[in-house]
Amino acid sequence: MTHKLTIENLHVSVDDKPILRGVNLVLHEGETHALMGPNGSGKSTLGMAIMGHPKYEVNSGTIKLDDQDVLALSPDERARAGLFMAFQRPVAIPGVKMADFLRHSTTNVRNPNRQEGEDLIPMKEFRKELTDNMNKLEMDVQFARRYVNDGFSGGEMKRAEILQLAMLQPTFAILDETDSGLDADAVRLASESIAEIGRAKMGLLIITHHDKLLIHNPPEFTHVMLGGRIVETGGIELAEELHASGYERIRAAYPDAEAQNEAMSSSEVIS
Amino acid sequence: MTDTMTTADFNQAGFEAFLASRREPEWMLAERRQAWSQFSDMQWPGRRDEEWMRTDIRLFKLRQYHLAFDPLDALPSEIIPLLDSHITLGGHVHTVDGNCVSSAIAEQWTQQGVVFGSLDDLTEEHADRFQTTLLKGSYDRQVDRFAALHSSFWSGGQFLYVPRGVHITEPLHVLSALTDGAADLGHTLVVLEDGASATLLAETASEQEDSGGLHCGAVELIVGDGASLRYVNLQNWGSNVWHFAQQNAVLGREANLQWTSAAIGSRLAKVNQHVTLAGEGANSQVNGVLFTQGRQHLSYHTLQHHQAAHCSSDFLYKSALQDKSQTVWRGMIRVDEGAQRTDGYQRNDNLLLSNEARADSIPGLEIEADDVRCTHGSTSGMVDEELIYYAMCRGFTRKEATRLIVTGFFQQIFDRITIDSVRDALGLAIARRVRDYE
Repeated sequence: MTHKLTIENLHVSVDDKPILRGVNLVLHEGETHALMGPNGSGKSTLGMAIMGHPKYEVNSGTIKLDDQDVLALSPDERARAGLFMAFQRPVAIPGVKMADFLRHSTTNVRNPNRQEGEDLIPMKEFRKELTDNMNKLEMDVQFARRYVNDGFSGGEMKRAEILQLAMLQPTFAILDETDSGLDADAVRLASESIAEIGRAKMGLLIITHHDKLLIHNPPEFTHVMLGGRIVETGGIELAEELHASGYERIRAAYPDAEAQNEAMSSSEVIS
Repeated sequence: MTDTMTTADFNQAGFEAFLASRREPEWMLAERRQAWSQFSDMQWPGRRDEEWMRTDIRLFKLRQYHLAFDPLDALPSEIIPLLDSHITLGGHVHTVDGNCVSSAIAEQWTQQGVVFGSLDDLTEEHADRFQTTLLKGSYDRQVDRFAALHSSFWSGGQFLYVPRGVHITEPLHVLSALTDGAADLGHTLVVLEDGASATLLAETASEQEDSGGLHCGAVELIVGDGASLRYVNLQNWGSNVWHFAQQNAVLGREANLQWTSAAIGSRLAKVNQHVTLAGEGANSQVNGVLFTQGRQHLSYHTLQHHQAAHCSSDFLYKSALQDKSQTVWRGMIRVDEGAQRTDGYQRNDNLLLSNEARADSIPGLEIEADDVRCTHGSTSGMVDEELIYYAMCRGFTRKEATRLIVTGFFQQIFDRITIDSVRDALGLAIARRVRDYE
C-alpha cells in the first residue's frame, strides 16, 4: 500500500490570528514536494499544524494519514504514526544527551505501541546505527554525548535534525529550511544526506528559500504559498522560475492573497 | 532500660524515664538536663521568626509523638534502601525509629582504628572523644526549640571515626528508617582526623510512601586538616513526616568536602545546612537536589561560612516542584574579616512543574573581607512548553518528555556525583515521581 498524507481546506490560527486560509495538499510516499513562498506566507505554520503544536489552532479542515485522522492525535502519536518535521529552530534540552534522547525517541517511533517503562532498543545495536549515521553526516562521535542542541552552532543544529530524520525513518518528513544557516559545503552534505535517507521510500515536503537542496532532491511538485494558501502548484520548473525571478509574478497574479500576506507578515506573526 | 517503660513522651516524666534508660557519663546527662531546661523555657518558633515566616508548623503537635525504647530486631520488609545497591560497602548501620538493628564494619578498617556504628552503642567506649565533638562543632543548641529538643533527647544515630591518615576506600552506608507515626531523634557524628578520607552514604526511609512521624535530627561532620569527605544524604521520609534538622560541617586546613544532599520526602522539612571553612585552603562543594509533590513544604537555610583565608565554597541547589508543593531556599555566604582570597559561589535553580507550586529563593552575601570573589544567582521558571513539544514530535509521550526535561534539569548535579549507585538511585527516584501534566 502506498501511504498518503492528505490535507484538505486547512484553516489554522495562532493567538486568534488566522494564518492558514484553506490549504489543500496531497503527498504520496516516495514523492518530493517543494513548498515555497515569501516570508510570512504560512509555510512553517503548515509544518507546525501537521505535527500538532498546541499553539496552532486548527479552525477547520482535515489532515489525514491514509485513513487516520491526524488532528485527533497528540504530537507523539503523530511521530509514532510516521510523521516527522526537521525544525527550523530546534530548541535546546539542557542536561539530556543526544544519544539518550535519540535512543528513546527511536524506540518509541519504531515501536508505536510501546508502553512507558518498557525496554529501549538494545544499546549495542542502537550505538552502531547511530555511529553509522553520524559518520555519513561527517559528525564527530563526541556529538552523541553533547546535550540536545545545547550550544550547537546553526549548522550543528541542522545536522542534528538530519541525524534524527535518518534514525527515525518517518513515512512523511517536513524539512523546514533545513538548508538555511549552512555554508555551501554543509548544504551539499545535507542535500546529499537527505537524498540518501529519503530515497524512494519517504514522502518529503521541503520548505526552502534556496535551490541547492532541490538540486539534490528534485521535487516532482512545487507549491507556492501566499497569504496562507497554496496559490500555484507546478513541477520542478516552477521552483526554478521562483529561484531565478522571485515572487513578483506570483504577488501580482494573486492580489488578494498578496494583501493577506502583507497583513500577516507586517503583524509579525509566525513565518 | 526499664522493664515497664517501652516509650517516653516528650515531657518531664518522659525525660526522666529516658535519662534512666541511658548508660551515659555524667557530663552527657548534665548537658541533656541543661538542654531540657532550655526546651521547657522556649516557645515553638512562629511566623515572626525570620527562618520560619514561610514555614507553617501550627499543625505540628509534639504530644502525638514519643520515643520508643523497645527496638524492632530487624528492618521492616517494606523498607528498601536505595543507595546501597550495585556497590561494595565497607560497612553499614541500620536504625529503626532511632534504634540500631544492624551494623557492620570490615575488619581491615577496624584494624586501622576506624570506629563505625550506632552512636548509642559507642557512647560509653568513646565518651572522651564525644565530649569535645558531640554537639560542640557549629551545632547551635539554642537556636530554637527543635535544637533544644534534639539536645535533650538525641538517641540512636551513627558514629564514624577515621584516624589520622586512614583512607577508607569503600563507601559506608547508613539507613535511618521510621515506622509509621514514630519518632527519630538520631544524631550523626562523623570525625575525620587529619589526612583521613571516607565516603558516607546516608539515607532515610519510611515504611510507606505516606507514613507519618517525627524526625528531629542532626548531622555533624568534622573534617580534619587535609582530610577528605564525600557525604551523601538522601531524605526520603514518608509524605507525612515532620523533619527538622541541623546539618553542619566544619572543615580544617586544606580539608575537602563534597556534600550531596537530596530531599524528596517528608511533609514539612526545615533544615539548616551549614558549612564552616575554619582552616585555610579548605574547599567545599555542596550539591542539592529537591523534588517535591503534593503539598510538601521543604525549607532549606544554608550557610557557607568562610572563617579562614584562601578557601573556596561551591554551592548548587536545584529544585523541581510538582502540584501544590513549596520550597524555600535561603542561602548565605558569610566571609569573616580575616578570610581574604575567598572564592564563594552560590546558585539555586527552580523548575516549576505546576503553576500552583511555589519556590522562594533568597540568596545572600555578608562580606567583611576586602579581597574576595563571591557570586550568587538564582532562577525560577515553568517547564518550557516548546521543549515538551519538541520531544513529543520525536515520539516522547508528554509524561516521558516532562521526565526527560526534569532529569536534564538535574543532570548538572548528577554530573558532579562521582558515585554511580548514588547517581542512578537519585535519577530513578526522581523519574518515578514525575507525573502527567496537561
